[in-house]
Amino acid sequence: MNKTGGKAVRYNKWGYIFLAPFLIVFIIFQLIPLCTTIYNSFFENYLANGGITQVGPNFIGLENYKKLFEAGDIWVYTKNTMILWIMCFIPQILLSLLLGAWFSDVRLKLKGDGFFKAVIYLPNLIMASAFSMLFFALFADTGPINSLLQSLHIIDEPYKFLSNTGSTRTIIAFMNILMWFGNTTILLMAGMMGIDPSLFEAAEVDGANATQVFFRITLPLLRPILLYVMITSLIGGLQLFDVPQILTNGTGDPNRSSMTLIMFLNRHIQISKNYGMAGAVSVLLFIITGVLSLIVFKINNASGGKE
Amino acid sequence: MNKKKSLTGIHLRRFIAYIVLVIVTFFCLFWFYLLFVNATRSNAALSRGFSLIPGGFFLKNWTNLLHGTLPIMRGLANSLIIAAFSAVLSVYFSTMTAYAIHAYDFKLKKFMFTFILAIMMIPTQVTALGFVQLVDKMGLENSFIPLIVPTIAAPVTFFYMKQYMESALPLSLIEAARIDGSGEFRTFNSIVLPLMKPAIAVQAIFTFVTSWNNYFTPALILHDDKKKTLPILIAQLRSADYLKFDMGQVYMMIAFSIFPVVVVYVILSKNIVQGIALGSVKG
Repeated sequence: MNKTGGKAVRYNKWGYIFLAPFLIVFIIFQLIPLCTTIYNSFFENYLANGGITQVGPNFIGLENYKKLFEAGDIWVYTKNTMILWIMCFIPQILLSLLLGAWFSDVRLKLKGDGFFKAVIYLPNLIMASAFSMLFFALFADTGPINSLLQSLHIIDEPYKFLSNTGSTRTIIAFMNILMWFGNTTILLMAGMMGIDPSLFEAAEVDGANATQVFFRITLPLLRPILLYVMITSLIGGLQLFDVPQILTNGTGDPNRSSMTLIMFLNRHIQISKNYGMAGAVSVLLFIITGVLSLIVFKINNASGGKE
Repeated sequence: MNKKKSLTGIHLRRFIAYIVLVIVTFFCLFWFYLLFVNATRSNAALSRGFSLIPGGFFLKNWTNLLHGTLPIMRGLANSLIIAAFSAVLSVYFSTMTAYAIHAYDFKLKKFMFTFILAIMMIPTQVTALGFVQLVDKMGLENSFIPLIVPTIAAPVTFFYMKQYMESALPLSLIEAARIDGSGEFRTFNSIVLPLMKPAIAVQAIFTFVTSWNNYFTPALILHDDKKKTLPILIAQLRSADYLKFDMGQVYMMIAFSIFPVVVVYVILSKNIVQGIALGSVKG
């Protein structure tokens, strides 16, 4: 390549040409919207009197942020989002670790693991809004789940699943576990299979049992991937929208206890058209996800991955 | 003696593993079975209660839904068009972007690669407000363009393609093509793309499914009834007073949105599951 330096330069301009579509589209549809979103957050801009009067846009500096934090709603929705994420993440990671350990255990020789892997991944591909509508119909007050529980004499009266905070949150978390544990299992399994097999052999020679091997070898070596899974799951958790939106028809009921941050943002953009507030919420989310992304980026770089 | 003990230990563990897997499988599939059963039952039968046995109302529910108030065939066509174009554009241009970084040495190469990885995790929701305003200004409300064209810049697909190229696309091959007088663009289209086929297939499926399932962005852009996609119609069904609906039709509508993906998945699941592991964290 050094010999034909001129030629290489002639070819290398194609690097820019092939990169151009990505850059142009990125700038138009992501970078510019990001900038205008931030710009919006400094302006007073909403519809008043039931959508008749347009207020603003007037520059008000950081007033939107001040209002956002003082009104306190943002804390409630942040708390809801985090509770839903924790309810989803902890059972999911435990189940995925267990299944991943079994799938990657060569001594266990599970039959039909291809089938099981395919089945656990299936819910991830299902349209979240349709899946939520299904659960809404199934768990309705007069729905099949209530009628099943009644005919089994577990309950006498229909249980109002979607009128109680606990059960509504449990349904949302349960659906998210179903949709994501297959993906997590496959990621963890790939990590486990990447562990040097001689370590397991050595442990076996030393007389370690399966539990000891899991806690003393697999888990410590898996730590970077676990951290990666946790933070990407957290970033995903902050984006929780489709399931609670459809399940509660956008109200976040009962008593706004299942209203997430993105549902809050969606209300500002679509319903109240309060673009100033929507901007402030977006910037807040951008900062949080930006910091989290930076951590993911650092993990990926630190644990190599470069050939 | 020791050997025997560990043997029964493994039998016991295997037994437990199978039981847990069967339970997990049940929880994954039960809902879809129930959906299928309920889509075959009449509204009257559904209101009478729970059943695991399919009824005979499948065709009736289907024709009712077809002639009902929701424009489902239109929704299906809209969803298909958006998802198909997104998949094609996204994999083609992501492969091209990956190729730019993989095959050429230019000054900003390292910076661009780092930059794309850095923006990978930024969710689309945080730019949604600016995106909607931009689409309004461009007069592209109720158009499919703002839902299709942005998929050209897909960092996750790019990263997968880049990983795959490192193992499947030797630079000597490109060099050989150059010596044979092939232009850079032609080399990409006729040599690189065919070699990337397995990765392209996996990513095309993922992009298609993501777009097919997407609710947030289309709901912000598409307001005209003729342009709505299936997830928006589902949300519309939810916001209507559902008790007035024929529940057989409601289940049929859900099944109609879910089962195309399930069918594709059943045919291709082996490649898909392998594909996820292939592109996961470490290359």
